Amino acid sequence: MKRAQGRSDHEVLVEASSPWWRTDLGEVWEYRDLVLLLVRRDLLATYKQSLLGPLWQVIQPVLTALVFAVVFGFIGRGQVEDAPPVLFYMAGVVPWMFFANVINRTSQTLVWNAALMTKVYFPRLVAPLATTLATMVGFLLQLLVFGIMAVAYHLRGGHGGAIGPDLVLLPLLILLTALLALGVGILVAGLTARYRDLGFLVSFGVQLLMYASPVIFPLAMIPAGSRVRDWIMLNPMSGIIEGFRSALLGTPMDWSLLAYPAVMAVLILAIGIIVFQRIQRSFADVI
Amino acid sequence: MNSSSHVIEARGVHKHYRLGVTDHRTLGDTIAGLFGRTDTVMPSTGQVNGRDFWALRDISFGIDQGEVVGVIGRNGAGKSTLLKLLSRITRPTSGSIRMRGRISSLLEVGTGFHPELTGLENIHLNGAILGMRRAEIAAKLEEIIAFAGIGPHLETPIKRYSTGMKVRLGFAVAAHLEPEILVVDEVLAVGDAEFQKRCLGRMRSVADSGRTVLFVSHNMFSVQSLCSRVLWLERGMLQADGPTSDVVRSYLAETNAPNHVRSWEEADAPGTDVLRLRAVEVRALSPEKAFLTTVPVEVEMRLDNLGITDSDLNIQMIVRTEDDVIAFISDMTEAIGTAAWMPGATTVRCTIPADLLNDGGYRIDLLFQRQGARHFLVEDALGFQVMEGPRQGAWFQKWRGALRPRLHWER
Repeated sequence: MKRAQGRSDHEVLVEASSPWWRTDLGEVWEYRDLVLLLVRRDLLATYKQSLLGPLWQVIQPVLTALVFAVVFGFIGRGQVEDAPPVLFYMAGVVPWMFFANVINRTSQTLVWNAALMTKVYFPRLVAPLATTLATMVGFLLQLLVFGIMAVAYHLRGGHGGAIGPDLVLLPLLILLTALLALGVGILVAGLTARYRDLGFLVSFGVQLLMYASPVIFPLAMIPAGSRVRDWIMLNPMSGIIEGFRSALLGTPMDWSLLAYPAVMAVLILAIGIIVFQRIQRSFADVI
Repeated sequence: MNSSSHVIEARGVHKHYRLGVTDHRTLGDTIAGLFGRTDTVMPSTGQVNGRDFWALRDISFGIDQGEVVGVIGRNGAGKSTLLKLLSRITRPTSGSIRMRGRISSLLEVGTGFHPELTGLENIHLNGAILGMRRAEIAAKLEEIIAFAGIGPHLETPIKRYSTGMKVRLGFAVAAHLEPEILVVDEVLAVGDAEFQKRCLGRMRSVADSGRTVLFVSHNMFSVQSLCSRVLWLERGMLQADGPTSDVVRSYLAETNAPNHVRSWEEADAPGTDVLRLRAVEVRALSPEKAFLTTVPVEVEMRLDNLGITDSDLNIQMIVRTEDDVIAFISDMTEAIGTAAWMPGATTVRCTIPADLLNDGGYRIDLLFQRQGARHFLVEDALGFQVMEGPRQGAWFQKWRGALRPRLHWER
């Protein structure tokens, strides 16, 4: 009751337009319970439908890493440090899949939640935010599997570098990936409401981009200062993936690689929020 | 008008839609546009395909704390648009609405239900979607479950629920919202009579507790029993705003104005060069001439045939309820086949049998067709009000449904 009274001075103004910089970020916080329940809905709904759901979540990156290890194994021979190839590739594939999944899913939020959005008000950013968090749960599960595998290798082969002190950086890296992917995702979500074919283009583009980022090769393979390296580092995920490798495999961390992704994550997220806000306003009139 | 005391205040609200044109473009279109191909729809030429439509025009009103206000009007009058603006689902084209306090709006029951989740999980989810905090939902969980009456099925995924159970569950959650302003659509139009009664009771207690309620409805019965004041929308404009009894009376008088006989002079008769409708009449086929549910109704048209000598003319009678729902369409050719038409004055009659229409208002459109396409249409050609005939049984409220046929039963 106290809270209801607190809200009575709360005033809502429904108007034709509002300034571009006005976002409902503050309101997203008020709706944090809805975010959590939507995350729960996503997880329950996915995992109830099939037993294989969560299992597949785990098998997929392991299989991909295995395939990469077999197919690309020769590329990085001698440069993959001491880490077993499967762990090396998993350390890149798992964060990349998280990045790609968040983009692909959040870019569809307006479409998937259309029924909800034409019937009830809530700050629209709640939907992509919940999608990102729900995707993150699967990602954490995959990281856990990685951890188990690393420990197994450690016990059997005595490989010491699998888990290093930079592991404490993991939360920061996860946050960076999530913010960057969410930013790209809602930017695309906003734009796909206008340009419907953009969605396919982006999901294909993200797939291709993986081959141009240090997911399938160690960055050290590309000579520093070369043209190719500059191009690769233009992708903010490159620095982040390198960071994940350092944290998960214990290779030396190059801090300077994280500055650019951090700036890009904030910038893209800000642009994404502004575009998303502008477009979702008229969205209920268009569908 | 002291604006500071209003909890809802609408000022000069307009809402514009462009029908037939969406904002969707493909990247291909845009790229083609960049290279000078102009066959895509550009904003300036959008009207070529689209039709401008003002869903709301210059709506202004103020509602005080604790008022229970009904919003009435025909289909397409702008009720749903107003509801969407108040619910913040869409924004006005111009003007503003200012609201003070916590708002909940119910445009449908069970918004966001997920079929794979259990009843219990859906209570939490639906409550959060409607703006409740987890703690609030937890505090009211027992009450909600009791109200919905789904106790034994709490752990069942709601895809196995019947429609009625889903509606009850959805309403139970909604009924336990405690907003300062409640905006409700005709969600009451669902469920059985017993459940409707409980819903109305619940709405009344919300109103009695001093909260502000805005109730959009077709059902004059529930509007009259709940609301003290009514806003009447007509073609997007505010036609009337006043005490319920006054506004409802003039609304009913206008929408159900009996229109039993019409005739036209030769010059302004509806029709074309070859065929004109000169007069129409609807009458009850009983000695008392009263339109009762138990009496057949005859529709008579007098036509001037100025040039149809073949058999190519069909007439369709479109019968609508006062809610603008098509009750049925009767097709002359389907009923009696085709035959050549004789030039000159012709009379066509159609009889609606007894025990088919429900009590309530009906309006008739007449559609004339040649070569399988519309020749001309006379909208709202006739209107009449059917009263309850002598009745068996114990139900004394209005029966629901566009029709009330007396069917063949055996036992």
